[in-house]
Amino acid sequence: MSRFLPAPWWSLFLLTFWLLLQNSVSFGAVLMGSILAVLIPLYTHRARDYPIKVHKPLVALQYGGILLVDIILSNFNIAAIILRPRKQIQPALIEYPLDISGAVPVTILASTISLTPGTITAELGKDGRSLLIHALNVADPEAAIQEIKQRYERRLQEIFQC
Amino acid sequence: MNELPQWAEWLISFFIILGACFAFIGSLGLLRLPDFMTRLHAPTKNTTLGVGGVILGSILFFSVTDALSLHELLIAIFLFLTAPISAHLLAKAGLHLELKRIESTRDLRKKPEQYSDRDD
Repeated sequence: MSRFLPAPWWSLFLLTFWLLLQNSVSFGAVLMGSILAVLIPLYTHRARDYPIKVHKPLVALQYGGILLVDIILSNFNIAAIILRPRKQIQPALIEYPLDISGAVPVTILASTISLTPGTITAELGKDGRSLLIHALNVADPEAAIQEIKQRYERRLQEIFQC
Repeated sequence: MNELPQWAEWLISFFIILGACFAFIGSLGLLRLPDFMTRLHAPTKNTTLGVGGVILGSILFFSVTDALSLHELLIAIFLFLTAPISAHLLAKAGLHLELKRIESTRDLRKKPEQYSDRDD
């Protein structure tokens, strides 16, 4: 971006963060937050060796919304599995082929998988082209892979164009 | 103590009890689920809604009695950042130590060498 705002999204995040910490939007808090939001990225952006660009901010927002709803649903899902007495569960270790690349998108996808219904990312393949997922209760692993692809990976691909 | 309106009392109680229930179910899951990997699922997911419920209750309480208060959201942000990472590290450790899994676990690895420690 420009010379004084090398990472505008990062700056915006820092400003929001500061205002939340202060728990007010007074003039002083905004001023101090803006100064920090400019200074910290200026100092640290040299250390960022993973340049990312958000191509579709609206899709990113939508992604956040979908994720939030899915997390809430997954909570009820897991609660039901825990509470049902001695129900036979079907765990599986699934290999998930990655279509996206790049440290940040893959990290976001892996975290998403860990946060959503009954799946945890256990390992990244040595070549970085697949994830190993542990699923708590899946009847059809192939369908689970397709769902993650359709719901999350496709959107991440749009957001980061990778 | 400030007086709370009736609707706020109900709403706040609802969120706090919801959060407490989910936090409890998450802990119960640690006890009830059969092996290490499945046990990981309970605390990583259910505590997010557990903490989320308590946070919502707190935001409502302080916003109604005092001024708008949103800094509880930071707790949620940190939780969303850290929960998947700690879950991932624990799962990774469990995988590489080859901990016993219950028999109904299906291992669908097509290329197991991609995930092993051995350099052969």
